[in-house]
Amino acid sequence: MFSPFISNATSVQAIMFRVLLALVPAIAVYAWYFGPAILVSLTLASVTALATETVMLKLRGRPVMPFLGDNSALLTAWLLALSIPSLAPWWLVVVGTMFAISIAKHLYGGLGNNPFNPAMIGYAVLIISFPAYMTHWVAPGGLGQASMTFAEQLGYIFGGRLPSGITLDAVSMATPLDTLKTQLHSGHAMAEVMQMPIYGQLGGHGSEMVALAFAAGGIYLLASRIISWHLPLTFLLTLFATAGIFNLLDPAHYAPPLLHWFSGAAMLGAFFILTDPVTSPTTVRGKLIFAAGAGFLTYIIRVFGGFPDGVAFATLLMNLCVPLIDAYTQPRIFGQPGKSGQKGKP
Amino acid sequence: MRTLHTFHGGIHPDEHKLESSRLPSARAPLPQHLLLPLQQHIGTMPKAVVQAGDKVLKGQLLAHAEGTISAAVHAPTSGTVQSIALHAVLHPSGLPEQCITLIPDGEERWIEHAALDYRSLAKAELLEKLRDAGIVGLGGATFPTHAKYGVQQGIQTLVLNGAECEPWITTDDRLMRERAAEIVQGIEVLRYLAQAAETLIGIEDNKPEAIAAMRQACEGSAIEVIAIPTLYPSGGEKQLIRILTGKEVPSGGRPHNVGVICSNVATAYAVQRLVGHGEPLISRMITVTGNVKTPQNFEVLIGTPIEDLVRLAGGELPGSTGYIVGGPMMGLETSDSSLPVVKGSNCIIVKSAKLFPAPDPALPCIRCTRCAQVCPANLQPQELYWFAKAKNLGKAQSYHLFDCIECGACSYVCPSKIPLVQYYRFAKSEIWANERDKEAANLARERHEFRLMRIERDKQEKAEKLAQKEKAAMAAKAAAAGVDEIAITVLREQVREIAQTKE
Repeated sequence: MFSPFISNATSVQAIMFRVLLALVPAIAVYAWYFGPAILVSLTLASVTALATETVMLKLRGRPVMPFLGDNSALLTAWLLALSIPSLAPWWLVVVGTMFAISIAKHLYGGLGNNPFNPAMIGYAVLIISFPAYMTHWVAPGGLGQASMTFAEQLGYIFGGRLPSGITLDAVSMATPLDTLKTQLHSGHAMAEVMQMPIYGQLGGHGSEMVALAFAAGGIYLLASRIISWHLPLTFLLTLFATAGIFNLLDPAHYAPPLLHWFSGAAMLGAFFILTDPVTSPTTVRGKLIFAAGAGFLTYIIRVFGGFPDGVAFATLLMNLCVPLIDAYTQPRIFGQPGKSGQKGKP
Repeated sequence: MRTLHTFHGGIHPDEHKLESSRLPSARAPLPQHLLLPLQQHIGTMPKAVVQAGDKVLKGQLLAHAEGTISAAVHAPTSGTVQSIALHAVLHPSGLPEQCITLIPDGEERWIEHAALDYRSLAKAELLEKLRDAGIVGLGGATFPTHAKYGVQQGIQTLVLNGAECEPWITTDDRLMRERAAEIVQGIEVLRYLAQAAETLIGIEDNKPEAIAAMRQACEGSAIEVIAIPTLYPSGGEKQLIRILTGKEVPSGGRPHNVGVICSNVATAYAVQRLVGHGEPLISRMITVTGNVKTPQNFEVLIGTPIEDLVRLAGGELPGSTGYIVGGPMMGLETSDSSLPVVKGSNCIIVKSAKLFPAPDPALPCIRCTRCAQVCPANLQPQELYWFAKAKNLGKAQSYHLFDCIECGACSYVCPSKIPLVQYYRFAKSEIWANERDKEAANLARERHEFRLMRIERDKQEKAEKLAQKEKAAMAAKAAAAGVDEIAITVLREQVREIAQTKE
């Protein structure tokens, strides 16, 4: 054995577990507003992730147990399940998760070696390959034209059967961001759009509460020092600032910044996706650049791009830049000439 | 109040100091035998001046320093030299080294020794005395003290290191509490050598008694005792200098590059033993702690086996699993209790699975940068690990591998439980080995080229000599025969040719 002989490290397993734990409030709120179908897709994704992880580890000749227990596959599964409509057919979740774990993670060398966020790769594959299925978001309680019981939801997820007299459009609806885009596109003014029942106080009705719960989980992660403030805060501030500028210039056509914070995957992205240490920069300045880039791109893709939300593609685009960002943001080391970077300098 | 500065990162490991610091230190009795490695310091190996069978007195020279960076070794007690032979020592390589085995006669008869009037000595003479007394830095690095004080020029600040930031170790703490006056006398000698404008003693604030004792001993002198916040590794030389002076020792440089010189308080004490009593470095304070009955500090003769010290501390408790020599952050592990303590040993920790649980198997690095957050050199340990693992040594160097002080803070916080420092040591030794190979290859190539050149030159010389010889022979022949004969020969040839054409 070699020095040091002592350690106070929080293990990888424990870190991943705490991140999972921090997702629980948002999952609970999600289930409360949108029904228990999300629990089904979470379970499906989890089982698929663990199975794929086991197979890939075996194929790669790696020990299964230490890696299967590291909770990282589970986290990828949960993040992906939370990114896709809960009322999606079972195979959609399975295909996305399998792709995320096998291609995006293990083919790049497994835990710690993947350049792209696996959950976001899974999401990108699904939205490009099966765009129609990715738009069937369950309407929050009371807003849909019809509603389904849990048994009926299960029937749809696993058998593709809808109860007689109910169409998919009747129980699902476009997301607030999607609605915003189409409404503004068809000439409605911002104030008019905001009157629609799917909008709440901050973002979408129901989904704003989920976003708040994500933020609460994120604050727990910050407080327990699992993540640092650099990525989430910079991302949210850049998104806010970019949205704010457009909103100030033309409030009739550009949504207020708070709507951007509490719609779509902004909070999930800020606290749970960008903060994936494997795929984000390691230097402090690098983290600021990375998160600012992701915040800006998220807004640009949301408002000017072809997809309703931009978090996934913004993340993947910035993932692409990480090696470059890291290489150019190396800090001044102790004893090197240049500006002293030490804190607490008198 | 002096403004204190900070360094990047640092950690707060459990201190475990009270275990051994509560009891006053005790003098260890004579062991059955002493084992004295010749190489106890950084630098060249000293040369043994005794032979097996020699009777030696306490304090007698056993091996004298060779060259500038070297230090002498002395007999810690009177007795007989049993052997000078290879013996296992505490070294990460596990390679045996030349050691002198000394069997004490129990009489503790000293050689003649007397206090020095150091102020009457020229600096160079005093440095020579330090070298011949075998005094090296006792903070752990064991750099010969005379060499450190020999190179300085324009020193503004003399820093005394009493930080003792590693957990478990309390030798400097007890030494400062019990022998503050002697330490200050030693510091006065170092001040005389360094000619520094100011002298600062840095002590971590988890040692209030030591701070009080040193403050009292320094009263009326120009020496300033400064309590610094407890934060590992504030006792690292570069970190302590930064805390006390705000200066940063340049990357790849030494403290004197920024006008600072730094010694451990225990070194100052050793200097006092020399100047005040004429004693060479033959003993030191060592903490014996961990899984033992009564952890305590002992004044120990250099060369005492670990097992003797463990016995002094009441013996091992059940469940012991080996020994750490040094602290738990930077020390070395051994299972061989017959190994001796040397000048650089400041602590023996008896391990147990409860105190030092075996680490979980390492997982891949997830780039969480907790290591970078605690690195006192502000390095990117995760990148260094990546490059070291891939044997991308050039990249590792360009990410400042050699600025790593191997404090272990990165491994301490690593969620993947990666033995990071081991990777850095490996990469460093690979680079050193490559450089040695390159130097050896260059030397071999030069030799080879010289040999080819010499062969070629010899050949040419030989050919030239031969040509000259032939020429000389011809000339001699010609001279002897005279010109006419040649003319006749030519005529004869012509006649023969004409005759042939007519036929």
